[in-house]
Amino acid sequence: MMERLATNARVVAALGRRSVIQTLRRPQLAAPLILFPTALLAIQTAGAGNAVNLPQFPPVDNFLSFMLAGAIVQAVMMTGNSGAIAFAIDIEMGFTDRLFAAPISRYAVVLGRLVATAVLGGIIAVYFIVLGLIFGASLNEGLLAALWITILVAAAALAFGSIGAAIALRTNSASVVQGIFPLVFVILFLSDAFFPANLMLDPAGWVAEYNPLSFVVNGIREPIIAGWSLDTQLKAIASVIGIGIFGLTLCRYALIGRVRRGV
Amino acid sequence: MVLALVRRALNEIFRVPGAAIPGILAPAIFFLGLTSVFGSLTLLPGFDTHSYQSFLIPVSMLQGAGFTGAATGVNLARDIEQGWFDRLLAAPAPRPVLLAGLVLSASLRSLLPATFLLAVGFAVGVHWPGLLGLLLALFLVMGMAVVAATWGTSLAFRFKTQSAAPLMQIGMLLAVLTTTAYAPQNLLTGWLQTVAKYNPVTQVVDAARQGFVGTVTWSDTWPGLLTLVGLAALLSFFALRGMHRMTA
Repeated sequence: MMERLATNARVVAALGRRSVIQTLRRPQLAAPLILFPTALLAIQTAGAGNAVNLPQFPPVDNFLSFMLAGAIVQAVMMTGNSGAIAFAIDIEMGFTDRLFAAPISRYAVVLGRLVATAVLGGIIAVYFIVLGLIFGASLNEGLLAALWITILVAAAALAFGSIGAAIALRTNSASVVQGIFPLVFVILFLSDAFFPANLMLDPAGWVAEYNPLSFVVNGIREPIIAGWSLDTQLKAIASVIGIGIFGLTLCRYALIGRVRRGV
Repeated sequence: MVLALVRRALNEIFRVPGAAIPGILAPAIFFLGLTSVFGSLTLLPGFDTHSYQSFLIPVSMLQGAGFTGAATGVNLARDIEQGWFDRLLAAPAPRPVLLAGLVLSASLRSLLPATFLLAVGFAVGVHWPGLLGLLLALFLVMGMAVVAATWGTSLAFRFKTQSAAPLMQIGMLLAVLTTTAYAPQNLLTGWLQTVAKYNPVTQVVDAARQGFVGTVTWSDTWPGLLTLVGLAALLSFFALRGMHRMTA
């Protein structure tokens, strides 16, 4: 059993490294995943920056500190979607079928792709933290907060990516996966990624109060603008685990379906 | 020739409606999302309306026009890649006529997302801008689509590949968002306050917004019209120059 685990770990590492290199080798495809959220962060921070003067707005040093978590999550979700599209292209071109025909675990093949998304999510977190610090955001809990945010974001990227991977496995179509991209923004708008839920207009504000993504965003945001709270962090971890279990379960059923269909 | 090119572009909507649907739905999704998220900004002192949806809808309409125009550039790049445009260049038609057909089709197509957006907007409480305000807004949307189409086509002639699509789209997105898109000029902060002051598209946004948040006046209208004419003329020059270089 240990030998099998070691084999699967090597497969995951090899496929993960391939996916990361594949993304970094094509900066013209990867750049929009970073540049677009960065541009939106700059514009929304300057455009709605006076929102910090609204009654009931959480106490923050500046609007950038508040928005940073939303920008990170937005970039991570776009990266997850992009990874799922790349996975679907691999399926369309037959590369994944060759892997499935090999004497390796199918789950390891999927996990390799998801680990790459997690790594890219961690890189994105570091990028936005550094960017925020350069332009005036402050990390209330210091270096420990930066480390925790990076870990949480990487885990969240894996969880979000698992849903995209399941869609890719089920549909075998990159264009279908690409078609869910607008849903990324719908989910973001229905959370408090960009604005506190209590100040959003209903029904979006009401949905944002219960949206699991809001718990993840608050888990990232809290060490930036305030001190640690066990309740907030536990909710964030539970949400990431819940989304991950949901996505990985969908992946499992998609893989079982492929075996049944003889694909 | 112009009408033939316009008809060809409009036929795409009926033959491949699935391709047109994202361009129609996306502005509405962003409009509803941004209204829900930033709607409370109207509580800030100095915000000149209590209806954020009325404040935002012209921006979303212009964004839709920008994406429609950028799509014209992407389609042209595809036609160039596939060699179809070379056949057009061989036709005995003046180059400006070819360009006119492309941009006119974009201006007409831009009415689709704008109309859908208005229907959604009125359903969620956007103020009725009056007939003059509405016609002005739609005219400015068509003008913005012309500007976006000349931007997209000049890039298409320059790069001759659909890979330039993100540049076409992001260029238009930034042009519209770095204005008084989220808040009035006096409530913008930092670098954006300066950029919005000098960004010519701010004039277009403010002109289109008039009827929705107040009354239409000539003094607030002509700067927007002049901006569109100027931008269209400048970008048309670059597009025509690119077209000439293809046959040089």
